[in-house]
Amino acid sequence: MKGQGRGLQIYALLYLLFLYAPIILLPLFAFNSGTIIAFPLQGFTTDWFSQMWDNATLRTALTNSLIIAVSAAILATCLGIFAARASTRFEFPGKGGMMGFILLPMVLPEIIVAMSLLVVLLGAGVQLSILTVIVGHVLICMPYAIAILSTAFSSLDKSLEEAAYDLGETKWSAFRLVTLPLVMPGIISSLLISFTISLDEFIIAFFLAGNQPTLPTYIFSQLRFPKQIPMIMALGTVLVALSIVLLALGEYFRRRGNARMGGNPTGGFL
Amino acid sequence: MAKGWDAQARQGYALIAPPFLYAALILAAPLLTILAYSFLTDGYLTVVRDFTWANYVQVWTDPIVRTVMLRSLMVSALVTLVTVLLAFPVAYYVSFMIRPEKKATWLFLITIPFWTSYLIRVFLWKVILGYNGVINSGLTGLGIIDEPLTFILYNVNSIVITLAHAYAPFAILPIFVALEKIDRSLLEAGRDLGESRVMTFLRVTLPLAMPGVLAAVLIVFIPTIGDYVTPELIGGGKIPMIANLIQVQMLALDNRPLGSALAVTTMAIVAIVSIVFLLINRRFLKVRS
Repeated sequence: MKGQGRGLQIYALLYLLFLYAPIILLPLFAFNSGTIIAFPLQGFTTDWFSQMWDNATLRTALTNSLIIAVSAAILATCLGIFAARASTRFEFPGKGGMMGFILLPMVLPEIIVAMSLLVVLLGAGVQLSILTVIVGHVLICMPYAIAILSTAFSSLDKSLEEAAYDLGETKWSAFRLVTLPLVMPGIISSLLISFTISLDEFIIAFFLAGNQPTLPTYIFSQLRFPKQIPMIMALGTVLVALSIVLLALGEYFRRRGNARMGGNPTGGFL
Repeated sequence: MAKGWDAQARQGYALIAPPFLYAALILAAPLLTILAYSFLTDGYLTVVRDFTWANYVQVWTDPIVRTVMLRSLMVSALVTLVTVLLAFPVAYYVSFMIRPEKKATWLFLITIPFWTSYLIRVFLWKVILGYNGVINSGLTGLGIIDEPLTFILYNVNSIVITLAHAYAPFAILPIFVALEKIDRSLLEAGRDLGESRVMTFLRVTLPLAMPGVLAAVLIVFIPTIGDYVTPELIGGGKIPMIANLIQVQMLALDNRPLGSALAVTTMAIVAIVSIVFLLINRRFLKVRS
C-alpha cells in the first residue's frame, strides 16, 4: 500500500512539473539579459519590462482587450444568470435540448465558430471591430458562466425565497434581496472566469477584430520577430502573475460561497 | 395543477429566451449559413447561387485535403490517447490518496497553468523542445547526447506534446469526478471476496471510472481537431491541420463554398465520433445501474 502510494505521488509531482514547466521558464527568460531565448542565461535585467511599458501598440492592444474582456464578462454573466435560473428553478418541455444548444460552443471547435461568424458578418457588410469580437466572446464565455452559475443556483435553498414571498416581498424584490446576495459569490467567480477566458482568447479575436489589435493577436504577431520575443516573455510574466491573482480571487469567492450555503469545499471551475 | 405547471413552463421559457436567442442568432444562424454555402458554387469574389455537390466531391477526393484531414484525425487521436493515459493516474492519486480537505487545492494547482496565456505556453514548448531548446541544450550540456534529438523538433511529436499539455486539466477533471462517485465500500467488498489489488482495480474501479474517461476523451478530442495555433506556431505552418486549411480556403483563397464544405465535413466527423463515444458510454452507464 505504502509503496504504491509513494509511486503515484512521485508521478503526480512529476506531472505537476510537466504542467508548470512553461510557466517556470517564463520569468527566467523575462529577466534574462540575453536576446536569444535559450540556455545558458546571460545576466539579470529589467529592460524588457521597461521596453514593454513604453510600447504604444501594446498599450492599444491592452486597452482593446480590457474593453472586450470586461464587456464580454458582464454580458455573458447576465445571460448566464437567466439560463442558470431557468435550468435550476423551472421545469419545461425541451429544457435539456435548449440548454444543450446554449452550451454547444464549449464543445465546438473554435475555428468553426469564428469562421462561420466571420462569413456572416462579412456577408452582412458589418465593419469588423472590437464590437464584433465582444459578440463572439460572449458566445464562448456564456457556457462557462452558466456552468459556474448553475452550481451556485442549484445549491440555493428554495424555502428561503418562499419565506420572502410569505413575508410580502414581490418576486423581483425577493430575487434582489434574498437570491442575488446568496449567489453573489457565484456571479463574481463567473465574471472573473469569463474575463480571463476573453482576455486570453485568440482565434475569434484574430479573425473578427479587423485591424484592431488585442493582447493575444499582438503577441501572435510579435512571435515572428526574434528581436521582440524577450519583451513578449516579460509581458507573459505579467499576464501569468495577473491570472494567478484573478484565479485565486475567484477560488476564494467560490469557496466562501460554498461555505455560506453549507456546501462541501471540493469541486473545480469546470 | 396543470395550470400551475403551465405558469412554471412560461416563466422558464421567458427566462431562457435571452441566452437561447443569443445563441440562435450568433451560433445557429452562422452555422446554417456555412451549411448553405457548402452547396453553392464559388465565383470570382462572390458566391454563385447554384446548387452543387462539387465542394464535397472535392473535399473527399483531393489528396491534399485527405492528407491534412487524416493528419488532423491522427494527431487528435494521439493527443487524446496520451493526455488521457497521462491524466488518469493523477486523477486517481488526487481522488484516492489525497485527504478530502486538500483535494480542492490540488485541483486548483492543476487548473492554474490552463488559465495562463495559451499562445505563450505554446511558444514556450517550442523553446523547450527546439533545436537549441531546453531539453537539447540541457542533455548536450550534461554530455548525455552529442547531437540534438530530432524526433521532438517542429514535427507531429512536438504538436502532440504541446497539445497534451494544453488539454491536461480537461482530461483530469472528468476522470476525477467519476472516481469521486465510486462507493469506496465496493472496493473493500472486492478485496474481501479475495480479489487482488490489481484485479479489484481492473474489475471494479476501471469500469466505474469509464464514463469519466470517455467524457475526457471527447472533451480533449473535439477541440484538438480544430486547433489552429499549435500547427501554426510549432509546425511553422509546414504541417497544417484541418483548421489551418479551412482558414486558407475561407480567407486567403477566398473560396467560401469549399471552406464551408471543409468546416461542415469536420463538424460531421466530430459529431460521428462523439455519437460513437456517447453510445459506448451509455453501455457503461447501463452496466452501472
